[in-house]
Amino acid sequence: MNEHLLLEVNGLKKYFQTKRGMLHAVDDVSFTIERGKTLGIVGESGCGKSTLGRAILRLLEPTAGQVFFEGEDIAKLSKEQMRRKRKEMQIIFQDPFSSLNPRKTISETIAEPLRLNGIINDRKKRMEKVLETMEIVGLAERLINTYPHELDGGRRQRIGIARALAPGPKFIVCDEPVSALDVSIQAQILNLMKELQESLGLTYMFITHDLSVVNHFSDDIAVMYLGRIIEKASSEELFTNPLHPYTKALLSAIPVPNIHMKMERILLKGEVSSPIEPPDMCRFAVRCNHCMEKCKASEPPLTEASRGHFVSCYLNRQE
Amino acid sequence: MNNPKKRSQWADAWRRLQKNKLAVCGLVIFTVLVLGALAAPLFLDYETDVTGINAQNRLQSPSSENWFGTDRLGRDVFARVVWGSRYSLSIGFSAAAISLLLGGTIGAIAGYYGGMIDHVFMRVMDILQAIPATLLAICIAAALDPSPRNIVIAIAVSFCPSFARVVRGPILSIREMEYVEAAKAIGAKNRTIIFSHIIPNCMGPIIVQTTLSVAIMILIVSGLSFLGLGIQPPTPEWGAMLAESRSHIRDHSYLAFFPGLAIMTTILSLNMLGDGLRDALDPRLK
Amino acid sequence: MTLEINNLVVEYRTPDGVVHALNGMDLQLEKGMTLGLVGETGAGKTTTALSILRLVPNPPGVIADGNIKLNGEEILKKSERQMDEIRGKVVSMIFQDPMTSLNPVLTVEDQIAEVIERHEDVSYKESYKKAREMLEMVGIPGSRGSDYPHQFSGGMKQRAVIAIALACNPELLIADEPTTALDVTIQAQVLEMMKSLREKNKMSMLMITHDLGIVAEICDTVSVIYAGRVVEHGTLKDVFDNTRHPYTEGLFNSLPNLTNRKAKLKPIKGLMPDPIHLPAGCSFHPRCNYATEICAKERPEKVFRTERHFTECHLYNEENIIKGGVIKR
Repeated sequence: MNEHLLLEVNGLKKYFQTKRGMLHAVDDVSFTIERGKTLGIVGESGCGKSTLGRAILRLLEPTAGQVFFEGEDIAKLSKEQMRRKRKEMQIIFQDPFSSLNPRKTISETIAEPLRLNGIINDRKKRMEKVLETMEIVGLAERLINTYPHELDGGRRQRIGIARALAPGPKFIVCDEPVSALDVSIQAQILNLMKELQESLGLTYMFITHDLSVVNHFSDDIAVMYLGRIIEKASSEELFTNPLHPYTKALLSAIPVPNIHMKMERILLKGEVSSPIEPPDMCRFAVRCNHCMEKCKASEPPLTEASRGHFVSCYLNRQE
Repeated sequence: MNNPKKRSQWADAWRRLQKNKLAVCGLVIFTVLVLGALAAPLFLDYETDVTGINAQNRLQSPSSENWFGTDRLGRDVFARVVWGSRYSLSIGFSAAAISLLLGGTIGAIAGYYGGMIDHVFMRVMDILQAIPATLLAICIAAALDPSPRNIVIAIAVSFCPSFARVVRGPILSIREMEYVEAAKAIGAKNRTIIFSHIIPNCMGPIIVQTTLSVAIMILIVSGLSFLGLGIQPPTPEWGAMLAESRSHIRDHSYLAFFPGLAIMTTILSLNMLGDGLRDALDPRLK
Repeated sequence: MTLEINNLVVEYRTPDGVVHALNGMDLQLEKGMTLGLVGETGAGKTTTALSILRLVPNPPGVIADGNIKLNGEEILKKSERQMDEIRGKVVSMIFQDPMTSLNPVLTVEDQIAEVIERHEDVSYKESYKKAREMLEMVGIPGSRGSDYPHQFSGGMKQRAVIAIALACNPELLIADEPTTALDVTIQAQVLEMMKSLREKNKMSMLMITHDLGIVAEICDTVSVIYAGRVVEHGTLKDVFDNTRHPYTEGLFNSLPNLTNRKAKLKPIKGLMPDPIHLPAGCSFHPRCNYATEICAKERPEKVFRTERHFTECHLYNEENIIKGGVIKR
């Protein structure tokens, strides 16, 4: 087992039974994250990125696959063992409105993980820790007894971050933590999360649909399409040398706030096809501008195109 | 927003309720009614003032002596209306409490566990709801004795489905909220999630439903008594008093007016209070 | 279609106090041009749009002052009946959420035909024929017109909403965050489509967005608004290359840089002000790194860099605005 690896996900699947058949939300996904690094998971709505985050934390029970956290397969843990493990693996949610209990004050929300996990049992010491955590995330002490509905989105998201930080996790899944926020607030939160990573040595899995944010924030990026990782590389490499036609289209679709940088836009046909009982072919084939016979015959495996750069596409195969 | 002192959300709700004039009005009237009902034995004697026959004093119109007049047996209508509130209110409240406990538990279990349990429980409730509440109450009251206890049972059973629904609805939606998932993510047990995250967030609709149900229940009690299936004379129940007044309604209409007014005031005050609570208990509204 | 808004003041009079949504809003949109209205939540973008259509909910909303001229005609003086003629026919609006702006119990073509029938003198049959043409125009097969909205995907719903808005060839299209709810690849499709439709129909467009990328893509001129006032206005080149107002600058610095991923984000400090208690003077001064004493006292006047590029900021006077360099990038 590699000492540097914090998380290793192997063949993770999460299927949902629906009336029209099996929905393959996450379909055979594997990756690793090193300690102190950030893996960005990018994809459009319905690609399974949020389900992936929840399946890793077992907020949704995985259908199959292994999740090694510090070398231990947490997919095999009993419910009670998993519950004890949760303080080390946390999550920050997208919606700062629905992710906070409207009937709990800020201090109650932040203190809860400390109390439930028996980290600090003394009431007074717990309050000290709450205040300390509030300061770290930039929440003024006077807000301690306010309720979420009295606060704006940015402050609420800080509460969500404080709640995740309080039990002292090593790993945090960030599920679109800034998409509901205004740009000026978004930058505040992104900077905060980055500072926290540096000072506390956190490891992030950063789920988002926003490519410019993920590029700024992540060391490595995995692009998901219909439950699969279709391309994975370092951020630098992925943005300068994208290989998969979907990644290329995705990158070209970002509206750039610069009037001198006109990108050649690749327009995709149609929309994402159904994730229910997908046939054995490239899942992107129906929208792909380079679709070949081979693509419709079988699904291309994820292979290493250059060092550390993985892609699942027949176009880039040197055979 | 700059208030560093902790205020409970109940205090917040109370503050919002106070802003609603109709609700405050309902609350005041209702409090007076409840106090009157509680205090009645202090200044009224059941044997003499409420049910004691006074043949010399029959069918007197309202006066300073008898504020609401007297009935055909010479009993003071005011005393009987006040005493009657004891029956209406206690039956209404106890039926609501039983109904809430029974229906609420069923709804909570159905909502939290979902799937097959939800299906079976809610279909049973559906069947119960398909029988008109009043009719069911009449049947139960007719099959058992028309005693207050049986009336409470009859009404409580027939209201179970609506409480089950009122509890199940919010639980279904709150169960899916991200803060419930967040609680799970920080290592909360099922018990903590239910009692600390789900139940406090569906108290609002439950309280409102209870208030409004008490009003309807009081109406049904009066209706049953009016039909002779509820509280029996000489007990001064409002519905029973209305039934008694029927033969005098032309020349002594006050006999019907005051019990009727009592019923109306009670229902109206509860409804106004219920509507006010609905707005006040939502923490998202300021 | 030219649109001119002068000193528009809109208030929402609520029990908690008066919400100052617009505080002297000025806008100018020339015929055939696209104006981007950029700002954050609560800046007054949607209120501006609703005012143009006179759809500000009243109560609590009150248009307290100012005027709105469409082709030189005062909108605020028109009767409700005249407004009905304008809405949908002369000025159309697309809302942010395509999921809630379609009626779920009517088919998509019903909803398009309804607008056509209301404003144009056509037969029932013709209106449905035109409805299907409109669908084809936004890239949806006409035969899908008999579907209900829930049978459409998010991108198709927004296309259908656009088809409804364009059904009567409006002269002005107001698009309120039309692509915010969509995925990037779908957003690209919709923006591309809107661009070509704009050329084809020769309409003016008011593009409300928080995304400077979309502005760069589709707009000719930009108005940056903050707390109900335009703080900077100019052509794309003016605002993007010769940024003057510290708030505009802050917006740019808050965005991750695509070419230099290591560049640190420089967010604007603080939060949007409470519109009930707006700061005195320049509303932006509590968040501004360049604020001086005067900023808290007096509201700044417009300072023009060119005939069309102005900013409202005490940092500038007639001389230094030309050169710029007052704020460091």
